[in-house]
Amino acid sequence: MQPLDIDYMLGLVPVLLGYVPLTLGMALASMAFALVLAALLAVERVVRVPVLDQAVMLFISFFRGTPLLVQLFLFYYGLPQLMSFLTQINGVTAAIMGLTLHFAAYMAESIRAAIIGVDRNQWEASMAVGMTRAQMLRRIVLPQASRVAAPTLVNYFIDMIKSTSLAFTLGVTELMGATQKEAAGSFLYFESFIVVAVIYWIIVEVLSYGQRLLESRMEEAYAR
Amino acid sequence: MTGVSGLTKRFGTNTVLDNIDLEIEDGERVVIIGPSGTGKSTLLRAINFLDHPDAGTITVGDLSVDAARASRRNILALRRRTAFVFQNYALFANKTARENITEALVTVQKRSRADAEARADEVLRETGLLDKADSYPAALSGGQQQRVGIGRAMALDADLMLFDEPTSALDPEWVGEVLDLMRRVAEQRQTMLIVTHEMQFAREIADRIVFMDGGRIVEQGPPSQIFDAPHDKRTRDFLRRVG
Repeated sequence: MQPLDIDYMLGLVPVLLGYVPLTLGMALASMAFALVLAALLAVERVVRVPVLDQAVMLFISFFRGTPLLVQLFLFYYGLPQLMSFLTQINGVTAAIMGLTLHFAAYMAESIRAAIIGVDRNQWEASMAVGMTRAQMLRRIVLPQASRVAAPTLVNYFIDMIKSTSLAFTLGVTELMGATQKEAAGSFLYFESFIVVAVIYWIIVEVLSYGQRLLESRMEEAYAR
Repeated sequence: MTGVSGLTKRFGTNTVLDNIDLEIEDGERVVIIGPSGTGKSTLLRAINFLDHPDAGTITVGDLSVDAARASRRNILALRRRTAFVFQNYALFANKTARENITEALVTVQKRSRADAEARADEVLRETGLLDKADSYPAALSGGQQQRVGIGRAMALDADLMLFDEPTSALDPEWVGEVLDLMRRVAEQRQTMLIVTHEMQFAREIADRIVFMDGGRIVEQGPPSQIFDAPHDKRTRDFLRRVG
């Protein structure tokens, strides 16, 4: 067994850290879009607009039922073939699109469950004071549902950060893509991939700490 | 003038409200009594369409709504002329006591935040809960929550206040403070329709008692008549049981 090349590993850290902003940027952008889309999908699933409801169910079924990698390839390689004006779609754009739609499908279901879990008397009290359905959702129901959904949504965000690594298959040099290149140049595969693994791990741990802060803040209103 | 005529509500094949006619004068305090399961709560909940009635007309002030043809706009308009106090308080769990009161003033009545907060503090003072203004419902006792619930309803300045068994979910120790607050609301000549099992309170606060059984109004009249000289056997039986 060969000893690990510690000097190489230490030298690799600053190089790879330079790609963290792109990885986090893709994850944050996808999460922001996915949250908005998921909330809309979830509200539709609760309110059930005819025809639209079937379309939403089909959307959720497809994006939960097929691999993320297949979806990314569909957007990156497939879309330009269908729409000739998209002669070349940017890999980062395709990755954000794929991550957004894929995770929105999952998140919609957990937001929907959280909405349904809001106590019936909260809906009734909102109706009794004369709120419209939109006011009721925005002011009372969604804020309460978000507290229930928050832990699962953070989980999806963690999953999403790690899933940005698939963007390297679309030719994007993000954290994973950069590691791949470094490893191919140095032939030090173990060193390279263990360094990138630890970087992902630390990002997720920092986020988990943030999750605990967020959750204790959201519990404030409900403390006895 | 406020009231319902021909109000009918069915749950499946079960007729819970059977062609109810009830008129309420402005400023009148009407208390509905009767055995449980006779449609008292459903009557209240049908008036503001929490339970959608199948037929009948509901009138609050100058607004009349035909239940069979009520649009979403009609229903909103009706709800905005009424205020509802729930048995289980139903305070907004994500809002403080003050926000529970300002919420509808700002989002529904479109009053300014400063105006709404001034009104909320006025109401909180009346309910004796100004020191709890920034507390969330989970941190309040049942009695305090219900007083906020009544305050939330008072602040709306509704034409008709509906009270659905407001003390039934309370521990006995909190009932008195809630009834005291309702007495104070009554003193302001607020039109009130109250469902309650507190017979002593009903006798003392009501201008008129309505006795319901089996989805119908069996008899009605001033408290002295209903409690001391009821005409109908069902009323007598009921009063003997709760006596």
